[in-house]
Amino acid sequence: MKYYQPEKECASVEEIRAWQSEKLVKQVKHAYDNVPYYRDLMDKQGVKPEDIRSIDDLHKLPFISKYDLREAYPYGFLAVDKSEVVRIHSTSGTTGRRVIAFYTQHDVDLWEECCARAIVAAGGDKNDVVQVAYGYGLFTGGAGLHGGSHKVGSMTLPMSSGNTERQIQFMQDLGSTILCCTPSYAAYIGEVLKNMGLEPNKDIHLKAGIFGAEPWTEEMRRGIEKSLGIKAYDIYGLTEISGPGVAFECSEQKGMHINEDHFIAEIINPETGEVLPEGTKGELVFTCLDKEAFPMIRYRTRDICVLKREKCSCGRTFIKMAKPMGRSDDMLIIRGVNVFPSQIETVLLEQGYQPNYRIEVDRVDNNDTLDVFVEVTSDDISDTVKDITVKEKELAMAIRNMIGIGAKIHLVPIGSIERSEGKAKRVIDRRKLID
Amino acid sequence: MRIKQVSVMVENKSGKLAEATGFLASKDINLRALSIADTQNYGILRIIVDDPEKAAHLLLEAGYLTKITEVLSVAVPDCPGGMDKIVRKLSAGGIGIEYAYAFPALEPGTAYMILRVDNNDKAEAILNS
Repeated sequence: MKYYQPEKECASVEEIRAWQSEKLVKQVKHAYDNVPYYRDLMDKQGVKPEDIRSIDDLHKLPFISKYDLREAYPYGFLAVDKSEVVRIHSTSGTTGRRVIAFYTQHDVDLWEECCARAIVAAGGDKNDVVQVAYGYGLFTGGAGLHGGSHKVGSMTLPMSSGNTERQIQFMQDLGSTILCCTPSYAAYIGEVLKNMGLEPNKDIHLKAGIFGAEPWTEEMRRGIEKSLGIKAYDIYGLTEISGPGVAFECSEQKGMHINEDHFIAEIINPETGEVLPEGTKGELVFTCLDKEAFPMIRYRTRDICVLKREKCSCGRTFIKMAKPMGRSDDMLIIRGVNVFPSQIETVLLEQGYQPNYRIEVDRVDNNDTLDVFVEVTSDDISDTVKDITVKEKELAMAIRNMIGIGAKIHLVPIGSIERSEGKAKRVIDRRKLID
Repeated sequence: MRIKQVSVMVENKSGKLAEATGFLASKDINLRALSIADTQNYGILRIIVDDPEKAAHLLLEAGYLTKITEVLSVAVPDCPGGMDKIVRKLSAGGIGIEYAYAFPALEPGTAYMILRVDNNDKAEAILNS
């Protein structure tokens, strides 16, 4: 089994555009007719549903931002009668008021199909044992991959995250072949596996992992692949758009195919809103084409990335998105410079450190300070002042080269930075408390 | 003679050293010799104890960045020029000394130097020659 829905995943670009145009016209009308908040946005922009005849008219439509979703909380964007809604999911709300997304059964089915495509692209079929270690509950991670695994017909282990020794026990006892969780949790499972004296491909038999919901680097991918003995695939999504499976990686492991029969992707200049040409770095914007309950048209993701349409060796024709460089929500502005935590992580891994770190930003005497705490083991260091100072200086230099500003490095003992079993909390910005 | 020294990184903040020495005291670890080096961020507490493996294990468990290093313990005559003789010998043999500290021995007339050098084997051979 190579594709879950080959007729969609390998369609010609002309076919894809035709579907997108036809669906966009309907979707805009649906939102205009049923979501007063969006109707107001369109009216303010001076655009009517009949102005939208194909995807060439997409740029005429207003954007929806997280701000709008907060304003309209909780039911403002619901486009069907409540009786049609079968499920909700919610964002964690760490960047402000949470967003609640609504799903009809049709919405759930299409979302699960997207996740099924991701599982099949990672080599999964009905013979696989899929261990879902994303959190279950309001978070879309668990439910999305769980549903996708059902659609594929795999044996699904609804583990949720946490209780790592039990996760490993199930891998051993049931012979799990595919692991789905956040990359930081996958790395943690690899660490625990090693500490338990167990070996990949001997004591456990995973072949693939589908990891998403937080930024991670190529180096981290290689580390996870080694520690778990798998091929690690990236998956992308966000609650507002449906959840994981908006885009997924194929065997090439070079960017994620966006499920273009359901979503249109654009890249815009985050400052001006101008649509940027393919291959340019900017903010990713999604338009959902098949949503019943929670239509999202030109939703600004805050993710910074690049789109590229090129022939893929896997045979899929869907456009690819590069791994986001970070959410603009995660972006720190330190001494006027844009800094993404993922850049610092890249340096750490390049320099041979583990991705266990904490970034602390503060403001002292009106100057921003950047402190990076990095875990080291006793093997990483010698006990002379000279060696430790040299190591810290080398790391500080490498970070300066990457982000353009200096950081104070603190090497700390392994285990002293809190581990998370869900999303990693790696940044502490104390400046907000003062402002 | 080669002995095992336990090094503990201690954050360079007031109270942190007391925290570490308090921990060692609570575990009944007797310090036979010690030295403290400081950098901007850390102090490195280097100690000689009866059971270095046990001490290192306890410290690691308590979350201290701890390392066991093999150092040389050399008996020197407790008189002017005693240390000079050793240092000259090593220097002439091309041995680099990373750090050193000394403590008096129980028997009068002798002191012990703890030396961390860049080549233990060669340094021992030179000192024994």
